[in-house]
Amino acid sequence: MKTPAELKYTKNDEWVRVEGDIAVIGITDYAQDQLSDIVFVEIVALEGDSLDQGETCAVIESVKAAADVYLPVSGEIIAINESLMDSPELVNEDPFGNAWLIKVKMADPSQLDALMDADAYQKLERDH
Amino acid sequence: MYTPHTQADRDAMLKAIGVDKLEDLFQCLPEEGKFPTLDLPDGISEMEVLDELSYISSVNETPQELISFLGAGAYNHYIPAAVDSIISRGEFLSAYTPYQPEIAQGTLQAIFEYQSLIAALTGMEVANASHYDGATAVAEAVNMAYYQYRGRRKKIILSPSVNPQYRGTIHTYMQGIDLEIIGEDLDPEASPDDLIELIDEDTALVLVQYPDFFGRIFDMTKLGEAAHEKKALFSIHINPISLGMLKPPSEFDADIVTGEGQPLGIPLSFGGPYLGIFATKLQYVRKMAGRVAGETIDSEGQRGYVLTLSTREQHIRRENASSNICSNQGLVALASTVYLSLLGKSGLKEVAELNYHKAHYAADKISTVPGFTVNPVQPFFNEFVVHCPSPAAEINEMLLQHDILGGYDLGVDYPALKYELLVAVTELTSRSEIDHLVSVLEEEYHD
Repeated sequence: MKTPAELKYTKNDEWVRVEGDIAVIGITDYAQDQLSDIVFVEIVALEGDSLDQGETCAVIESVKAAADVYLPVSGEIIAINESLMDSPELVNEDPFGNAWLIKVKMADPSQLDALMDADAYQKLERDH
Repeated sequence: MYTPHTQADRDAMLKAIGVDKLEDLFQCLPEEGKFPTLDLPDGISEMEVLDELSYISSVNETPQELISFLGAGAYNHYIPAAVDSIISRGEFLSAYTPYQPEIAQGTLQAIFEYQSLIAALTGMEVANASHYDGATAVAEAVNMAYYQYRGRRKKIILSPSVNPQYRGTIHTYMQGIDLEIIGEDLDPEASPDDLIELIDEDTALVLVQYPDFFGRIFDMTKLGEAAHEKKALFSIHINPISLGMLKPPSEFDADIVTGEGQPLGIPLSFGGPYLGIFATKLQYVRKMAGRVAGETIDSEGQRGYVLTLSTREQHIRRENASSNICSNQGLVALASTVYLSLLGKSGLKEVAELNYHKAHYAADKISTVPGFTVNPVQPFFNEFVVHCPSPAAEINEMLLQHDILGGYDLGVDYPALKYELLVAVTELTSRSEIDHLVSVLEEEYHD
């Protein structure tokens, strides 16, 4: 399972890549593997929305489950990845690259401090 | 046979929860309401029951006994005998919407055929397995549009010439939701183009009926364009029989098409069970309530049917559900499938044309009676508004004395239209019945 060292992680299996004051957000390799074949991605947030940390920003549906994606940091949505609507399988193929979900202009970058680094995420205890 | 728990089962369960007798579980109920003595007559034999119920039902007057010109959403059409015969087969009759779908291949195939027929009839890309009736389908269209915009667009434009009962259902459905419903207070006889100026960026949906509640046929092209210009969805409610001859709603670029399926081989039976038709564009399929059956092949390459799509919220993200509908109107949808299959394309066209021509014959004849007028320019299908010399309610009362079930008194829903009678004519209305109606009107209203 890949866990790129330069990213931040949440315990709900979202990742964050920081680019200046922009946070790029997606779901982890572990998450896509658990969901298995992804058949539908719906990004619930619209560009221009300001959302709080923890709000639902996307729903990912696989052949066996549907999962909400929660916003890891508060801020304004500045881009959504439209290509996932037509190609949801990208989330399985390239979860850290082409399958980014949204980009957020962070309202409070200090929220990043509470997120996990790759090491901590790998050591995260799983329920099962 | 239904086999309830045995006394031994009950004793075991009572023992497990530490209660002596069943009555102990009802201690919280007030004494006076507990185990009341019911003052019921003694039981009677099956023969006596049949006799009594036959008497009660014989007091009804049905379109078989009366000459009927009543429509307003439910129509008296001929139902080929094969419809009832096929849907009465045990394999179908006993089957509710399948909860373990793939085990009921016949039912899934019937749903698949139904969807295919509805998609072909409306010109839409996908139809669901049906809703309960036209009113539910229309309300689900509003629901779908609202959730399509996730509540960000807070307005729907509702034409005053949509069936008033459907409009009532929409209001009931949308109670408690922050949604403004506008347009209903326009002049009821306004045309679809009069709705255009109401559409803005806050509009989620524009909803019209075609033919409308007054039977009128309008070109909806401009209204659809205006809705899409503001990125609102456009929904058209149809009468399926009329599509045997009219342009399908897909040609007006409708995003959602709903319909009352009752005219397709389903008896009037006091208002239900009827059939809610619902179709949409493929791009909105995941916002559609209900379910879709699909055709596929199994591991041995044989044709089989599956439940291809049921909106995920209804099963696994229920707290986010946009609709509580996850079932369908199975048996009644089957009846319409059999009806459409028996008629075929040319048969449906013939039925539609019979309705159209008989209705126009009736309108022409009624217009010749002094005091009665029918708008001579407005195109209509099988229903039309007659302006009467006295209130429509009185006309109906008079007609009933002659064993004629008159039209629908529009004053019931539109106070300004007390003198307007909505008259429906179907292929079952004979020329002599129409002539009889006209002679009764002439006799009663001569100068």
